[in-house]
Amino acid sequence: MTSCVGDGLAPLRNALLAGTSGLKPYHIAGLGLDTWIGEIPGLDDTPLPPALAAYDCRNNRLALRALEADGVAEALRERIARHGPRRIGIVLGTSTSGILSTELAYRQRDPQSGALPPGFFYPGTHSTYSLAAFVREAFALEGPACVVSTACSSSAKVFAAAARLIHAGLIDVALVGGVDSLCYTTLHGFASLELTAAEPCRPYDAERKGISIGEGAAFALLERPPTSLDASAVLLLGSGESSDAHHMSSPHPEGLGARLAMEAALAEAGLDVDAIDYINLHGTATPNNDAAEGCAVAALFGARVPASSTKGITGHTLGAAGALEASVCALALADGFLPGSPNTRSTDPAIPIDYLLTTRSAAPRHAMSNSFGFGGSNCSLVFGRAG
Amino acid sequence: MSAAPQLSAWLDGVGLIAPGLPDWSTAAAVLAGQGTYASAPSVLPAPALLPPAERRRASRVVRIALASGLAALDHAGLDPAGVATVFSASTADGHNCHALCETLASDDQRVSPTRFHNSLHNTPAGYWSIATGAMAASQSLCAHDGSFAAGLLETLVQVGCSGASCALIAYDAEYPAPLAAARPIPDAGGIGLVLSPSRGPRSLAQISVSLSDAPVTALADPQLDALRLAIPALRGLPLLALLATRRAGGAALEYLAPLSLQVTVSPC
Repeated sequence: MTSCVGDGLAPLRNALLAGTSGLKPYHIAGLGLDTWIGEIPGLDDTPLPPALAAYDCRNNRLALRALEADGVAEALRERIARHGPRRIGIVLGTSTSGILSTELAYRQRDPQSGALPPGFFYPGTHSTYSLAAFVREAFALEGPACVVSTACSSSAKVFAAAARLIHAGLIDVALVGGVDSLCYTTLHGFASLELTAAEPCRPYDAERKGISIGEGAAFALLERPPTSLDASAVLLLGSGESSDAHHMSSPHPEGLGARLAMEAALAEAGLDVDAIDYINLHGTATPNNDAAEGCAVAALFGARVPASSTKGITGHTLGAAGALEASVCALALADGFLPGSPNTRSTDPAIPIDYLLTTRSAAPRHAMSNSFGFGGSNCSLVFGRAG
Repeated sequence: MSAAPQLSAWLDGVGLIAPGLPDWSTAAAVLAGQGTYASAPSVLPAPALLPPAERRRASRVVRIALASGLAALDHAGLDPAGVATVFSASTADGHNCHALCETLASDDQRVSPTRFHNSLHNTPAGYWSIATGAMAASQSLCAHDGSFAAGLLETLVQVGCSGASCALIAYDAEYPAPLAAARPIPDAGGIGLVLSPSRGPRSLAQISVSLSDAPVTALADPQLDALRLAIPALRGLPLLALLATRRAGGAALEYLAPLSLQVTVSPC
């Protein structure tokens, strides 16, 4: 995985334990952009290898960076050798894919004809599917593939979709994950909705002012558990999906859709609310989102379950958030800690949950990760330790 | 691939809107060779279920998705409020994308909030949920020109896992210039299918799918086959042609070459 705190799980683990943030200020005078972002350095200077040049865009560069961290590429090659390229599925999430390439191409249109510059290649960049097409070609995979694009729940939903493909017997292993990279559509889009803060985001703070957009990529291999597993191995135990049926860009005020997703995930995992030891909240730090999610969490769990949003560390990585925060849950379960929430100073008395400001040692066995997106798309995942 | 697992479900409803094919009954006659195909622009009805302001502003992708999906659920006799959905489209709203990119390339890059939320791939799914009150699980996915097959596969997998009906709503619409040159799609087209785990009074056929190496099945009529190739969502037309003729048979749908999706249809 890769986020603004660095490449690989190690820098994320360090940031979670130390409570540090990778967010930096971003300001364009006169254009209404006065915010903080989680930017990954060096992407502009690292084009894809020539054989994959057709897919060269910021989003796919970020995907490759993350695949090369933590040994994901090696593990995937080992699974391909074992099961064959037809038995490996690719289910990845993104919201904006390589749209930045199109945004930049529109600045280079032919003054007479209006045509986009020569060399602009839509299927490898802008196309929502380009992320999975790129990975499929990079690893010469031949199995089923798709990209899920449900805004900020995208790469949580990929875990559910890939688990179904495995359950149906269509594949043995799925590469799941999410990749979203900075682009002007989201920077200006969230600003237009007055959802970006002029300070680093403060999830669940009584004075939270909005999101910090981040870019990130996280991947995981999903497969049936082998007969013997290390105690610290992490299992996907359940997933739950729902729709708000309320509004395109505002959550249901009482988090009704969020609650349905959490209840469905618990039911699939066969777990009671008391079995959950930590909730990684969606917690974007907008006033409405945190209030709605907090309302649903309080209604379902009361104030019994420690919970936090880790977006103060990584920013809101949008379509990558689900997979990135699944990684946070996996680290918490494997290493035995509960992540805190850097930048959050004082919790909101109107949200009666056990919100964690600072990281602490613990021995969580089950963790829930929430991801909710525009369009009212909700997904909750439940993970557990093997032993 | 002989040992490839097969997924089955019962098909309870069909909706279709395509250029020259305003609804499923017209399309079924043409696909069965009982009518002549006449090319004409797709007719996209305003979504009556949306509140008036949203109805007037509804984009072409929202209109094609809602109309083809609702037609399928009506055909199946199901209330959409209780049915899970899979939306499959190769991209989001092309006209909205063009307008956003023009603004972002201008001196004043500030965009409208409505343009922004309409830029999402899952915007039609969001409006569907608002229009129908459906709070069930809803998927929005894509696989470029293989998007129809990817959506059909996900729908069958969901029916198998949930034991409940699920609607596939596959649709695509055009980009304006200059993006049209990079991604030419001439018009809007949509196919809605309602799949159920067991046979019901409205069931039209049992369908089974498996991953395959078989070459993609073309439609016999060259005009209809051109339509299949022009609009990604209409890559599902060979399946609809089997339904239209009410004969048992199979077809291979375009997926991710050389992988195709073999579909077998057994009419009720």
